[in-house]
Amino acid sequence: MKTILILGAGTAGTAIAHKLRRRLSTEWDVAVVDPSSTHLYQPGLLFLPFGDETEERIVRERGSTLGKGITWHKDAVKTIDTERRRVELAEGEPLSYDFLIIASGTEVRPDMIDGMLGDGWQESVFDFYTLEGSKGLQKALAKFEGGRLVLNIVEMPIKCPVAPLEFAFLADAYLTKRGIRDKTELVYATPLDGAFTKPLASKTLGYLLKEKGIQVETEFMTGEVDSEKNVIRSYDEREVPYDLLVTIPPHTGARFLEDSDLADELGFIQTDHHTLAAKNAERVFCIGDATDLPSSKAGSVAHFQADLMTENVLRAIDDKELEPTFDGHSNCFVETGHGKAMLIDFNYETQPLPGQFPIPGIGPLPLLKECRRNHWAKRLFRLVYWYALLPARPIPISPTMSLAGKQLSAAAEAGGE
Amino acid sequence: MSLDNVQTDAEGYLSNRDDWSEELAQEFAEQFSVTLSDEHWKVLNVARAIESESGSSPGLRKISKRSETPIKAIYKLFPDGPAKLIAKIAGIPKPKSCL
Repeated sequence: MKTILILGAGTAGTAIAHKLRRRLSTEWDVAVVDPSSTHLYQPGLLFLPFGDETEERIVRERGSTLGKGITWHKDAVKTIDTERRRVELAEGEPLSYDFLIIASGTEVRPDMIDGMLGDGWQESVFDFYTLEGSKGLQKALAKFEGGRLVLNIVEMPIKCPVAPLEFAFLADAYLTKRGIRDKTELVYATPLDGAFTKPLASKTLGYLLKEKGIQVETEFMTGEVDSEKNVIRSYDEREVPYDLLVTIPPHTGARFLEDSDLADELGFIQTDHHTLAAKNAERVFCIGDATDLPSSKAGSVAHFQADLMTENVLRAIDDKELEPTFDGHSNCFVETGHGKAMLIDFNYETQPLPGQFPIPGIGPLPLLKECRRNHWAKRLFRLVYWYALLPARPIPISPTMSLAGKQLSAAAEAGGE
Repeated sequence: MSLDNVQTDAEGYLSNRDDWSEELAQEFAEQFSVTLSDEHWKVLNVARAIESESGSSPGLRKISKRSETPIKAIYKLFPDGPAKLIAKIAGIPKPKSCL
C-alpha cells in the first residue's frame, strides 16, 4: 500500500483528500492527520458576532466531512522528517508517506503581542477568527451601548484579508439597527497605508468608509495592548483608545513548522508559486493557508489549488514534470452591510477589476460593485461549501482567472498596476 | 541610473525593480533624511531577499526575525513609517492587501 499523507483537514486538506481519493486506485491510502473532532466553516465567523449565524450551522463533525475511503488519524503532528519521509505524531505511531501534502493552515497568535492576553482578553478584547472569540464577541456586542469600537489588524498576512473591512461595514449596519451608531466611534487601525491599498479600490470604494463614518488609522503597527488604560500602543508610541477592541492577531503557520527547514520565519511553507510543490523538499506539496504564497489566504484559493494540485500530484506519481498551472486566482465576496455585498476576482498579476461574473457581459454577479445578489450569493455559499466545495464535487468556476468580462481599462484609469 | 531618470509610481515606489541599485537606494534614503549605515543595509537586504523569494513585500515581524533586528530598532532606523520607507529604499513594491 502506498500513502498520500495530508497534514490538516480544513478546507484545503479535506478538498484535496476527496479529489485524490476519487482519482487514485485502492493501492493508495489517502490519509489525513488532524487532532480536532470538528470542521469549522470559517466564513461564518464573520456573521456570528452580529447574531446572523449560529454555531450549529457552521460546525460539523469532522468524520462526516471526510467520509469513506479517507483514513483519518485523529492526532497532532510533532515533526516532519522529509529525509526518511516520516511524520512523528504527538500520540500515535509515526506515519510514513510516499507523498506529503501540508494543509495545516494558520494559527491565530494573540500570545505574540504584549498584553493582548491580559485582563481584557475576552472581556473588552476579542478576535473573530476563532469560534471562541467570535462567540465571545457576540455577547460583548449585545451588551455594547456605544463608545469606541476599534478594529485592529496587527500584521499581514492574515486569513481572508478583506474580513476586517467587512466586519467594520457590518458593525456599522448592526449599530445603526440598534440605534447606537451615533454614540459609537468606529475606528479601523491598520499597519498598511490605507483601508484600501490598491489605486482602483481606493478610487472606487473609498466612498464606503466616508459614507459609513469609519475612521482609519494608518501605518499603525501594534506593539502592545494595554488593558488597564484600554489603549493599543504602536511601536512609534501612538495610542488608540478603545472601549471594545476587535483584534486580528498575527498569524503564523502551524506550531510544528516553527523551526522547520520547509518554512519561512513565520512558519509558512516556502512553496513554488505555480506548481505548489514545497521548495525545500522532494515529494512534498503545500496547499491553502499554510503556504507563503502572495495569493490570498482564502477558501476559494484552497479550492482552486485543490483542482490544479490534484493533477500535479498525479504527475508526480507518474514521475512526470509538474505543470506551473496555479495563477494565484482568488474569488471573494465582500459584505458591505445592509444586505449588500461585492464580489472580487483576481490573481497574482491582475487586481480586482469591475465587470460581470461568472458569465462575461451577463453576470449575474457584478464585480467590484455593491448589490443584493452578491450578498445572497455569499449567504448561500455555506451550502455550496458543505455539499460541493468540501467533498470536491464539480463547481462550474475555472480554477484559473479569466479576463473575459472584466474592464481592463479601469486599472489604468485609476493610475496603477 | 539616478532618481531623476528612474520611473516611480504615483506614490513614489520604484516602478521597475531591475532599475534598483545601491546608489539609487542612497538617493531614496536622502529624500527621507535617512543616512544608510550597515544596520540599515542589513534590514534592506533582508527585505529585498524575502520579496524576491516569496513575491510579496514582507511585514516588519518577518524582516525583524531574519535580520535579527528588533522591531523597535527598525523604527529607530527608519523613523517615518518603516514599512513604507524600507519598501521605497529597497526598491520593492509597497506592502498591500488584496483590495
